[in-house]
Order: sequence, then C-alpha cells, then structure tokens
Amino acid sequence: MLKKRLIAVLILRDGAVVQSVRFKHTNSIHYDPVHAIECFNKWAVDEIVILNVSRQAASREGFAEVVKRISQKCFVPLAVGGWVTDAGYARGLLNAGADKLVVNTILADDPPLMETLARRFGRQCMVASMDVNNNQVWVDRATRATGVEPAAWAKRAVELGAGEIFFNSIDHDGARRGYDLGTLRAVCAAVDVPVIAFGGVFKWEHLVEGIRAGAEAVAAANIFHYTEHATMKAKRHLAEAGVPVRTEGQRV
Amino acid sequence: MKKARVAIIDYGMGNIWSVQNALVEVGARSEVIAEPSLLAGFDKIILPGVGAFADAMRLLREKGMDRALGEKAAAGVPILGVCLGMQLMCRSSTENGRHPGLGWIDAEVVALQARPGIKIPHMGWNTVRFTRSSPLVEGIADGTDFYFVHGYHVACANPADVLGSCEHGQDVVAVLEHGNLYAAQFHPEKSQRGGLRLLKNYVENI
Repeated sequence: MLKKRLIAVLILRDGAVVQSVRFKHTNSIHYDPVHAIECFNKWAVDEIVILNVSRQAASREGFAEVVKRISQKCFVPLAVGGWVTDAGYARGLLNAGADKLVVNTILADDPPLMETLARRFGRQCMVASMDVNNNQVWVDRATRATGVEPAAWAKRAVELGAGEIFFNSIDHDGARRGYDLGTLRAVCAAVDVPVIAFGGVFKWEHLVEGIRAGAEAVAAANIFHYTEHATMKAKRHLAEAGVPVRTEGQRV
Repeated sequence: MKKARVAIIDYGMGNIWSVQNALVEVGARSEVIAEPSLLAGFDKIILPGVGAFADAMRLLREKGMDRALGEKAAAGVPILGVCLGMQLMCRSSTENGRHPGLGWIDAEVVALQARPGIKIPHMGWNTVRFTRSSPLVEGIADGTDFYFVHGYHVACANPADVLGSCEHGQDVVAVLEHGNLYAAQFHPEKSQRGGLRLLKNYVENI
C-alpha cells in the first residue's frame, strides 16, 4: 500500500536557508543547506523540496550549484523550483540532480512552456506550486493576484501537465495555525493528482489534519529546523493517528 | 577482494547522476558510459532510465548500445535495470503502441489499471515483499518501503523471475532476478537506506 509522504521544505535565498513568514524571508537560519539535507536523510523524511525565493533572476546559477551539492547527498526524491522560466534552466536543474521541477509563475505567464516541460520530462516530473490568499491564486512570489479561484487553478495546472500540486497559503505561511484546510480540501477534491499540503505547520497534529483534508503528502519547513529529531517525531505522530507512513527510516 | 567497476549506461534518458551519487555513497567505483565501444572491462552494468519506452529503445539502437548490452548479457555480465531500465529488458511494451524491447526477460510491459482510490502513475513509497532470499536483497527487511514512479509495469511470464512485489490495486513486480540479470521497478538511488543497501549488495555480493 502506498504511504502518505512527509516532505521537508528548504527555503533558500542566495544560497542560505531562510525562514518564511507570510512570504517575507527576514530570518536567516545559520546552517549549510547540505548539512540540513544530511540530517533529513538520516531521519524519516520521504522527500525534499528546495525553493529558491530570491527576487533576483541572477540567483539562478548559484541555486543550481546548491542543488548539485545537495543532490550528491540526497537519497530521497528531490523537487526543486524558483525561477524555472525556460526549458534550458529546467534541464540544468535536472542534470544537477533534481528529480522534479516545482513551477509556479509560468502557469500564468507561459502555459505553453509548462506543456513543453511536461511532454519532455514527463508529468511525474512537474509539480505545480500554487500560492493562495483570499480564495484566489497569486503568482510571482505572491506579488501578483490572478483572480482565479484555487480549485479552478489546480484543474488547469493538471490540464497543462502537472503531476502533483504543491499547495501553499500566503496567510498561513509561518503563521503557526496549521494548513488552510478549507481551501486545501477544495483543491484536493478538484484534481486526481496528489496534492502536497504546505504552509503553517506548528504542531504534528497539523500534519494529520492535512491528510484528513485529502492531501497525499504533508510538508513543512520552519518546524523541522527548530525541533530535534523533528521528522521522526512527525512520523511517529502520523503513525499513531492511523496514517500509513513509511517507518523504515525511523531506526537510528 | 578487487573492487568491481560498474558502468552506468547513459543513453540520454534520466537519472544517471542520481545513480552515480548513490554508488559513490556505497563506496563503488562507477563510470557513466555513453559509447558501446567503452563497455569493455567493466564487471557490472546498471541500466537506468526515466521516460517513454519507445524513445529509450530508439536511443539505445541509434548507438548500437542494444547489441553491445545484449552481448554482455549473454556473456554472463551482471546487469541491473532500474525503473524504465527494467522494462527495457523485457520482450515488449504496449506503451503508446507496441514496441519490442531488449528481450532478455520473458515479460510484457503493460499499463497499470486505475481503480477507485488507485492513482496512476504509481508514485510514492510502497511496501515490497520478497518472495525468496537473494544476495541482491540480503540484509533488507521484508516489507521495506521503496520509492516508485511508473505508469506501466512488468508482467512476468515466469513467476520464478520475481524476487519481490508490491501492491497497487494489483500485484506489481518490484524486483526481478533471472540468472545474471537483475532489475528494480523502484528507484534504489532514491529509496534511502533500503535502496542504498540494494545497490551495495549488487556491487559487492553479485
């Protein structure tokens, strides 16, 4: 039986791991991203997502370098994104060792590119990230509202070739009150591809809520940096709540 | 014991660097090989792959890699197929038409069936049950989870070839062993401890 996945998200700005609160990244977390990945590998995390949230397009090459360093020590699936705006860069990230590409703004600005990437690399490679606030989807690092409601946006993303949806809520990001469950539920009901819930996890029960809302995978960022053996504790909590999870990684 | 030299076949489709990173992690000596003429002198071969069956076969044929690998297989050199690489070892596939494969394993590659609650592609961590012991899976607990991503699966004509399977609305062959041929439908290079152990076993035990 397929397990529900626990995903650790690393938010990077100019090569450093940062904390995200409502899409502001003021707090730099002082450790090397490669070190963070080695910890996640040892622990129970099922997949890793790395997002480049820099506002400068010039950050792309440095980010690809970090992906390359991280992938050498990453033995779970690795999804990466931020500034995936052309096929050449997408190919470069995959060659750097990424297994999946996380895209966001091209769904609004360049749908044909999304279709091209899905055709070339396969749907399983394409993760459509969507940032939600006030029942509409925002793009470009949450600076532009699209006016499209989340469920319709998710359906469109799947039509364009998304194999998974990475759901985030701008209001809930870093707000410590759990996922935006109402919107998450609507998105999960709208599509038949796996939905990854993200944004707002402050206690392990929030992960269980995400699964109960229909998510196939639950993701968090900040909480994993500040809690010792965090991913193992998260897994244990999910298992005790009756969620089928992979437990092999729990042996230390 | 002399350390085995492993050739990772690069025909332009997929996850070769991930496979090489994993081999580095388990202490193996490996090289990425794109030319059939460079295959000589390797003790073991890994045939990885992600993508469409027909494209992969065309790329292998264009370089004559299909023939070179076939000679190695017949000569008893161990070959490990991973994901699409496993499917390529079979007789044929029905992915987007009917396409002949390398034909080393008596099996057909057919689509997984969607059912209520069963999503296609089969993506994520799933429990693998081993049907017997083998040096390839030594030290890996029965019921270990491995990471799968595939929409087609291998239907074996000979049940004795099946070393492990999982369940995704139907029985899915997860690990194959047929003489000097080995294969995993999951991605050992992305399956953390269990996957690394399988690769280590392949390099050291086979």
